Parts: sequence; structure tokens; C-alpha cells
Amino acid sequence: MNFEAVKSIYLFEMARMRRTLLQSVVSPVLTTSLYFIVFGTAIGSRIEQIEGVSYGAFITPGLIMLSLLTQCIANGSIGIYFPKFTGTIYEILSAPIAMSEILLGYVGAAASKGLIIGLIILATATFFVDISVAHPFMMLVFLVLTAITFSLAGFIIGIWAKNFEQLNIMPMLVVPPLTFLGGSFYSIDMLPPFWQTVSHFNPVLYLVSGFRWSFYEIADVNPVISLGMIGLFLLLCLTLVAWIFRTGYRLRS
Amino acid sequence: MASIVSIRNLKKTYGNGFEALKGVDLNIEEGEILALLGPNGAGKTTLISIVCGLINPSDGQVLVGGYDVVKDFRQTRAMIGLVPQELTTDQFETVWNTVTFSRGVHGKKPNPALIEQILKDLSLWEKRDNMLRELSGGMKRRVLIAKALSYEPRILFLDEPTAGVDVNLRREMWQVVERLRENGVTIILTTHYIEEAEEIADRVGVINGGELLLVEAKTALMQKLGRKELRLELIEPMETLPEALGSYSVSIAENGSALIYEFQGETEQGRIATLLGTLAAHDIEYRDLSTRQSSLEDIFVELVGQRA
Repeated sequence: MNFEAVKSIYLFEMARMRRTLLQSVVSPVLTTSLYFIVFGTAIGSRIEQIEGVSYGAFITPGLIMLSLLTQCIANGSIGIYFPKFTGTIYEILSAPIAMSEILLGYVGAAASKGLIIGLIILATATFFVDISVAHPFMMLVFLVLTAITFSLAGFIIGIWAKNFEQLNIMPMLVVPPLTFLGGSFYSIDMLPPFWQTVSHFNPVLYLVSGFRWSFYEIADVNPVISLGMIGLFLLLCLTLVAWIFRTGYRLRS
Repeated sequence: MASIVSIRNLKKTYGNGFEALKGVDLNIEEGEILALLGPNGAGKTTLISIVCGLINPSDGQVLVGGYDVVKDFRQTRAMIGLVPQELTTDQFETVWNTVTFSRGVHGKKPNPALIEQILKDLSLWEKRDNMLRELSGGMKRRVLIAKALSYEPRILFLDEPTAGVDVNLRREMWQVVERLRENGVTIILTTHYIEEAEEIADRVGVINGGELLLVEAKTALMQKLGRKELRLELIEPMETLPEALGSYSVSIAENGSALIYEFQGETEQGRIATLLGTLAAHDIEYRDLSTRQSSLEDIFVELVGQRA
């Protein structure tokens, strides 16, 4: 294990976050605050409680997940895409490090950034709504696993993307529909039966549901199933990454 | 000297079917400076990229210090420094950070004193806190060299180090290369400037169309280089060579209107004067005379031309 190398990549990536503080941290926090004002306070005050939880509090886990997914995919993909785009990747590829260590550096940094932003948003939420966390440890487990999984997904997108359009298309076109239709703002019990079935094919449903359970012990699906599904996505991403590394796909072709 | 890099039957075919390397064999000796000459698209960069681990070979083997570049990449890549052809830099990083990053990513413990020395040697110390996008092309080229030196490689690959670089910087780089060689670093540089190869290389390899056409010590090539030609434009055309010129390697050219005298620049000094004396004694008059040297460039063009 080339510890120095992993540390260097990790710190290099984290330094970029500091440099672009406005874009990396302030922007997602501001966006989420607006959600709280509009949905939590303004509209939420006219919505009855969902399973004993105020609407503002109910949507908090979903909002955190929404930011976490978007940030992890964005950071994970740009981290590896940018050196590919500028050509500086030559240095990483010619360094005495294994692909798994490159992955650890980039995905570790992307997941860390996502986690930091997720926790900041959680802290922000306490200014708007009353939050209680029933299972803090499980909350962290859901948060960390999701961050790693989607940073990995971002990494894969970053390697696959040949231009900035391809790089942006996944976060822009795929993540919002999945999160909005994944029960971030409602319990899927509120949907007609057909759409409830459709929702069960949405991976984000399991993330939001499990995460929300760790707060309020209310869930659309059994938290164990949620955890299992996150594990499955993680495994799927790892398999894909392993294939990329074995074949040198778009890196060492 | 032992071979520090040993390349055996190296082949590379790209996904689009292009055969960039068609079985290259090459030994690079420890401590030497080897110049790889070749036109664009000859396979120079592909060769370097495989040795450095940027691309996978299709066939063949490369050993660096006895280790396989694919299997034992940790050992081989730790020994190799690479200065790429393109000016690829993280535009928003500072000089100091990017050079420090290079050392770290090669698994070396931080050593600010060394980085400081490298930056000073390359006249970059004043610019250490500047962002890379603020630097000129020549400065960026120095940064790339500083990055490669930051992890103290035993072998340094310079891919077209002086392409688009002004004369001063080129001289400075040659000095850097000389200093590195004094410290025992093996240097492989690709170039299409033949003077550059002549100036600093111990050996010269010529590569074209994915094949290594020759690898020879520069001194051996310089002997070929040393061949000179004196050309005399005659006033009166001649059909046969006068006997008096028999001891010189003189031949008649262009239907008798010119004489060509071939000689070794260094070993046959003074012979021109006696030849001209002989001509005068036999009333052979000429209206003009010129000399020319067959250069490495001629050899190069000839070699490359034969295979084309």
C-alpha cells in the first residue's frame, strides 16, 4: 500500500474543495435552505403530519440524500475526469500506485466532501425544523455507505465521459428524477398502487427510506432491505470499477 | 555498464488497428543519454508511454532495473521520471503545490528542502506561489521537469523537451540534463531536432513507422557525419580524369562540368590545398567551389526514406 500516494491524492482533492468553497459548500447549503423555507415552512405548515412527523422534519432526510447523491456523483466524476481532460492524469498513471489506491484517493475525497456537506445540511435543518435522530449510528452507516456508493458511481462516470456534456448528463438528467420520485418529499403510500410498484425499482427509494428510518423509525420499506439494497449498489459499482481497472478501459487503452 | 532498461520485441496495436510499434528491441545503459529521433507518428511517444506505464503493450516485454513494467509496476515506476510532450498542468494549482504533489503521489515522504533546491535550479523559486495558468509556456515546461525531478528518479524520460522552447531555455535545459547525468541519472529524450541529439546524446536511436532502424553511439555517427564533399564547377568540361588526380578520391559529375572530391573532415586536413595546386598545375580552371557536410539529418532522411 502506497500510503503517501493515497494521502497526496486525497489531500489534493480536498484542497480543491477549499479553493472552491462557494461552489462546493455554500451553494448546496443555500439550495437546501430554500427547500426548507418553501416546502418545510411555507407549504409544510399547511400539510398535516406524516406518520406523526411534521412535514418539514419528514423531508429532511430526503433533502440530505438529494444533496449527498448530487455532490458525491459530481465530485467523484470531476475528480477523475478533470485530470483526464487536462492531461495531468499521465502523472497518476505513471506513478507507482495501484488502481485501487487511485480509487481510494479520489473516491475517499469525493465521499468525504459529500459527507461534510450532508452533515452541514443536517445542521442547517435544525434551524428550520425539529429533528430527532433515533438511531445515530445507523444514520451514519446509511450516510457513509451512500456516499461511498455514489462517489464510486461518479468515478465510473468520470472515466466513461469523453466530454463535459457526458459528464454533466448523469447528475442533471438522472439524479433529480430518481430523488424526487424516490420518496424524498412524500411517503410512497400516498401514490396510486401502480406508481408504488414503479417506485420499488428506484434505487433512491431505499436510500431515502432507510435513512429516514434512522431518524424517525418510519420507513417505506424495511430498513434491513434498504441496507441490503445499498450494499447491492455498492457491489455493482465495485464490480464495474474492477472491470474498468482490469481492462484499462478509457485509461490505459 | 548494465542495461537499466531492456525492451524485448515490444508491440503495440491501438484499438483502431493502428500498429504503433512493430517489435522494438532496445537496451538502455545505466547513466547514458539516449536520444530517440524520428518523425511525428514514428512511435516514440508510444514507446515511452509503455515503459512509463501509461499504456499497456500488446506484446513483448519491458524490464526496468530487472523488473517487469506491467507486473512489478511499483518497482519500475518508482525509478522512472516522465516529462511529457504536452504542457499538461493543473491550471489552478501553485507551482509549489503541484511539485509537492508529484513527490507524494510517487510515494515519497515530503522533503521541502529538496523541492526548494529543484525550484531554484530551474529558476522557478520566485514563481513558487504563482498559479500555473499565470506562467509562460517555457516556465510551464520547467514546472513539468521540476515535477519529474521531485521524486528523484533514476531514469528520466524527456518527451520532446525543447519543442517550442526558445534558444536560451533550450541551453538551460541541456545544462540541467548534464547535471542530472553527473548524478548518474539515465536520460532518454525524444526529439526531432537533430542538433539536440548531436549536442547532448551518447547514443542515438532512429525510430520510424514503429520500428527501430538503428541505435548507434554518437561518435560512430559523427564519423559518418565527418564525410565532406568539395565540389568544383569547371569552366571547361572534362570527359576523363587526368592521371594526376588519381591519388585523390575525385569523380566527375554532371557530364563533366563538375568535379566532386570526397574527404574526411578531420583526417585529411590540408589535402584540399594540394588538390587545388595539382589542378592549377594541369591548367584545370574552375569558376566556383563549395563544400558540404553530410549531416545526421541526411543519414536520418535516407534511413527513414528507405523504409517509406
